[in-house]
Amino acid sequence: MKISYYPGCTLKNNAKNFEDSTICALKQLGVEVEELSRWNCCGTVFSLATDDLMHHIAPIRNLIRVKEANSDRVMTMCAMCYNTLKRANERVKNDRESLDRLNEFMYREGTKYNGDVKVLHLLELLKNDVKFEKVAAKVVKPLKGLKVANYYGCYLVRPQDIGLDDPENPTILEDLAGLLGATPVNFPFKTECCAAYQTVDKPEVVAERTNQILTSAQNQGADVVTVSCPLCAFNLDQRQKETAQIYPEFKNIPVLYFTQLLALALGCPEESAGFDLNYIDPKPILKEKGLI
Amino acid sequence: MRINISRRNINDPFVRKVEELSGQNLMACYQCGKCSAGCPAVSQMDILPNQIIRLAQLGMKEELLASRAIWLCASCMTCNTRCPKGINIAEVIEAVRLILLRKSKDHLEVKELSEKVREEVPPIALISSMRKFTS
Ligand code: SF4
Ligand code: SF4
Repeated sequence: MKISYYPGCTLKNNAKNFEDSTICALKQLGVEVEELSRWNCCGTVFSLATDDLMHHIAPIRNLIRVKEANSDRVMTMCAMCYNTLKRANERVKNDRESLDRLNEFMYREGTKYNGDVKVLHLLELLKNDVKFEKVAAKVVKPLKGLKVANYYGCYLVRPQDIGLDDPENPTILEDLAGLLGATPVNFPFKTECCAAYQTVDKPEVVAERTNQILTSAQNQGADVVTVSCPLCAFNLDQRQKETAQIYPEFKNIPVLYFTQLLALALGCPEESAGFDLNYIDPKPILKEKGLI
Repeated sequence: MRINISRRNINDPFVRKVEELSGQNLMACYQCGKCSAGCPAVSQMDILPNQIIRLAQLGMKEELLASRAIWLCASCMTCNTRCPKGINIAEVIEAVRLILLRKSKDHLEVKELSEKVREEVPPIALISSMRKFTS
């Protein structure tokens, strides 16, 4: 199976391990990703104002690139890219007038957009196309004994019509972690916002959330926390430094992209998981559990 | 706090502007407080999400535009998914922010960020904060 792939900016630098681990894991499952040519930043957030068409150009232009690649589906892993691409797509599908205007704005593009591309998250691809049973069957290194708290954050599941899973109590990541042989742990802060971009000018606000979210996961016995967004990853992983300075009781815990564990379980080489990009080193706990 | 409710404020074009930009009917809100109960940012906010809606209903422009809360909301959409009246509170707060931002009153001065911050935060953080806090 081949699938068009939209990486997004951060997967090419800070979150390179998110990209590498995904590509390797998908290869093990017989899926080849074809990165879009000339993709651009999606803008990271979906424009909420009714009159703000201009900011939908960036995501919709990427969907034109999908058409140009002779595809009608595009897969992405970053929760924010997924949310922005999918919501912009839904908006123009339901509002032809906006779509016509956007096409007019982009009159120099050779291809017009008609609202006919499907935006998929990697999790949807794994569940509905590859099928979770097949993922389970391909596990060569079960993540036995590893207690994983799966953090969803906001944009993977909200607003409701994103439709990836239940917005209040999603379980798709726990289901996947279970199939990989890990022990998923439930924790009440799994969909609580990490304060997102406040990290730029108000890191203390992020530290408060990181403390709450990670302490809650630890209280439920988690060995590691997984994420699906490079901004959540930065806030929950790198910001542990500031968190520990403000909250002396706080204890560090490794935070990984869920795809790093997926790649490991599917037998990818350790380099493809790129653990060196994780701030809190996950290797000691993975070694302790005999996984690397 | 002393609140003066006046017809003049309620009929202020500001109220229409917020409704227009957000696409929401402010009067649908019956002040149940559920949006504030689930908002992760309330501990830092000077006015709570349900109060933002109330102030917007009443056209209390100055109070709203000067609040710290509108910049603490990270559009996490928790309130939107929970409001029993189907109001998109995050969109209302975005509208209030935009009324300021579109007057070129940026909330974030990227140029003033330290070298350290610019180097350490990932592109996704910088771009999203610029999208939300600058015009
Ligand atoms: S949840 Fe909805 S109805 Fe209740 S106070 Fe908030 S905006 Fe108003
Ligand atoms: S969208 Fe804003 S107001 Fe609503 S719950 Fe999230 S942070 Fe609070």
